Amino acid sequence: MPAVTETIETIDRLSGGGYKFGFETNIEMDFVPKGLNEDIVRLISAKKGEPEWMLEWRLKAWRAWQGMEDPHWARIRHPRIDYQDLHYYAAPKGPPPKSLDEVDPELLKTYDKLGIPLNERAALAGVAVDAVFDSVSVATTFRESLAKVGVIFCPISEAIREHPDLVRKYLGSVVPAGDNFYAALNSAVFSDGSFVFIPRGVRCPMELSTYFRINARNTGQFERTLIIAEAGAHVSYLEGCTAPMRDENQLHAAVVELVALDEATIKYSTVQNWYPGDSQGRGGIYNFVTKRGACRGRKSKISWTQVETGSAITWKYPSCILQGEGSTGEFYSVAVTNNFQQADTGTKMIHLAPNTTSTIVSKGISAGQSNNTYRGLVRIMPRAHGARNFTQCDSLLIGDRCGAHTVPYIESRNHSAKVEHEATTSKIAEDQLFYCRSRGLSEEDAVGLIVNGFCRDVLKELPMEFAVEAQKLLAVSLEGSVG
Amino acid sequence: MLEIKGLTATIADKEILRGIDLTVPDGEIHAIMGPNGAGKSTLSYVLSGREGYEVTGGSVTFDGRDLLAMEPEERAAAGVFLAFQYPVELPGVGNANFIRTALNAVRRARGEKELDAVGFLKEARGAIKLLHMPDDMLKRNVNVGFSGGEKKRNEILQMALLKPSLALLDETDSGLDIDALKIVAEGVNALRGPNFSSLVITHYQRLLDHIVPDRVHVLAAGRIVRSGGPELALELEAHGYAGLEAA
Repeated sequence: MPAVTETIETIDRLSGGGYKFGFETNIEMDFVPKGLNEDIVRLISAKKGEPEWMLEWRLKAWRAWQGMEDPHWARIRHPRIDYQDLHYYAAPKGPPPKSLDEVDPELLKTYDKLGIPLNERAALAGVAVDAVFDSVSVATTFRESLAKVGVIFCPISEAIREHPDLVRKYLGSVVPAGDNFYAALNSAVFSDGSFVFIPRGVRCPMELSTYFRINARNTGQFERTLIIAEAGAHVSYLEGCTAPMRDENQLHAAVVELVALDEATIKYSTVQNWYPGDSQGRGGIYNFVTKRGACRGRKSKISWTQVETGSAITWKYPSCILQGEGSTGEFYSVAVTNNFQQADTGTKMIHLAPNTTSTIVSKGISAGQSNNTYRGLVRIMPRAHGARNFTQCDSLLIGDRCGAHTVPYIESRNHSAKVEHEATTSKIAEDQLFYCRSRGLSEEDAVGLIVNGFCRDVLKELPMEFAVEAQKLLAVSLEGSVG
Repeated sequence: MLEIKGLTATIADKEILRGIDLTVPDGEIHAIMGPNGAGKSTLSYVLSGREGYEVTGGSVTFDGRDLLAMEPEERAAAGVFLAFQYPVELPGVGNANFIRTALNAVRRARGEKELDAVGFLKEARGAIKLLHMPDDMLKRNVNVGFSGGEKKRNEILQMALLKPSLALLDETDSGLDIDALKIVAEGVNALRGPNFSSLVITHYQRLLDHIVPDRVHVLAAGRIVRSGGPELALELEAHGYAGLEAA
């Protein structure tokens, strides 16, 4: 083993890996008791000061969930989750802050450390942030400047109170409460997340982003995000996620719904860096997420870009329902697994209307003893004349103990549709590594460079501000994977 | 100074180098010629530290340091550069980014200041001009879709920017037309000086018309069987390698 790799592995052992965000914030928290029952659902709803209709909606989901079983079709393995052994709500103590000045300095410090300053003067220019800490949103920046152009960007718990008509109209309209096991669970107990509304014809003047942080122990995070772009509106939204390093697994079951009306565009990017567990496979987040967008309007467009490096297990399939004539769905994904991580991720493109198009570009990178599965569905319905799909699915293997799997499902019920699928599997070639090293790059840097090259088609889809960050993240995630 | 003493090496237990003795003083360019299978490429890979080539005996020092104990990237930092016979493609990796990353890795290792993007581009444009290369050479992905000649010129571009003190040129002339050959030779000659030495591995004499070597060595069956001045190359061109193994 080369000396460099050895050094990195030693540091890995000492520090628990290259994971930089594994610290814990010491702050007094308010928990609801462990376990899940109707009273807990009512308690969460009451804590949020929700109207009756919202509680009813939750209870309906709760009843549906009780009759459901967790899905077993994905290529992932984990011990049974005891849903009664979790807290379903955890929030910093005290009344919710009304402005940034009232936010606990400990929390502000946490976000500074994560590189997400919440102070608007220090914030990244042109990016508004909603910061969600365990079960609550602690701050949302630039709300006033956004409100001036009619954009609503606020915690969803607030939207339920302040904009009930919009929420009632769209919540659950893309991912119904009983859609699947985790979506039903989320619908019953979701605590916070972001709400975005871009009115007709408005191009959102800033990047919107939500930063999800899990901090509390033995707690699940169930966030809910709803984004609505009215006719001709345009928005780019990014989410980031991190969590402390712990030996036990923690559950994150989110639901994201997007609605794009006529000629609206929603670009949704994710840089997912939940704690992935240590090199022995201990700990890490179970990331069981349902993300779906509806292209309701004519010529609307929804684009998902994801860079997934974290989580012990990732189970997510950001999808597009192409209902509007001539609408477009896109899915660009980089999924990295190292050590004992498992990822089963991909997308669904459901073509309902004529002349709809979809593009899927998936790059899977497996290292260590991890398993990385692309699972994707392209479905062309009878009415979707002239529908087109192009899928490119590439896997890169590092080492000889990991696995890459590609499971495409293609269903076409319209003869005029055109569906293309290309897939490759490769290893980082010895000659590529040697070529880089002979030029002076360390083995780690060489792998980082080659992997970033492999992912280029996806990374270039990320907003500029985050592309560099994502590149660094890829390199860090693969530290210690060669040699 | 490069000093090779009694170097033996195997690939998959097959002995390829059978005792090489060779000294290249600073400031000199030596040519290594020889038939296919003589061990020319093996020698360049052993000197640059490629995995899979096992050194079974002998020693190699460069400027007094034990080259064989170093990782490939440490050799690069020490000033060793290998121009590949078959340059490798790196899909998605921009050429400028690649060369700058390499250059800064080497600079860091040498305790020099790193070059920022602007400073690098300035240097790179100068080198590109010198080598009569198209400007888009920097924008394209490393060697992807390059013609054979472009790949070789890209090696020389990297060499010009990394400024090695020992350049190993592994059949850089193969597949080049005469114009490209001249450009490559210009690139090497531009580096010539008291602190630059080079091992030029080639089949043919024609490269040596443009890069005039101080010494010429003939490698056959894993040993250096003859050494001489530039005239030796002309002799080989006229009479071939036949009978040299026995010499």
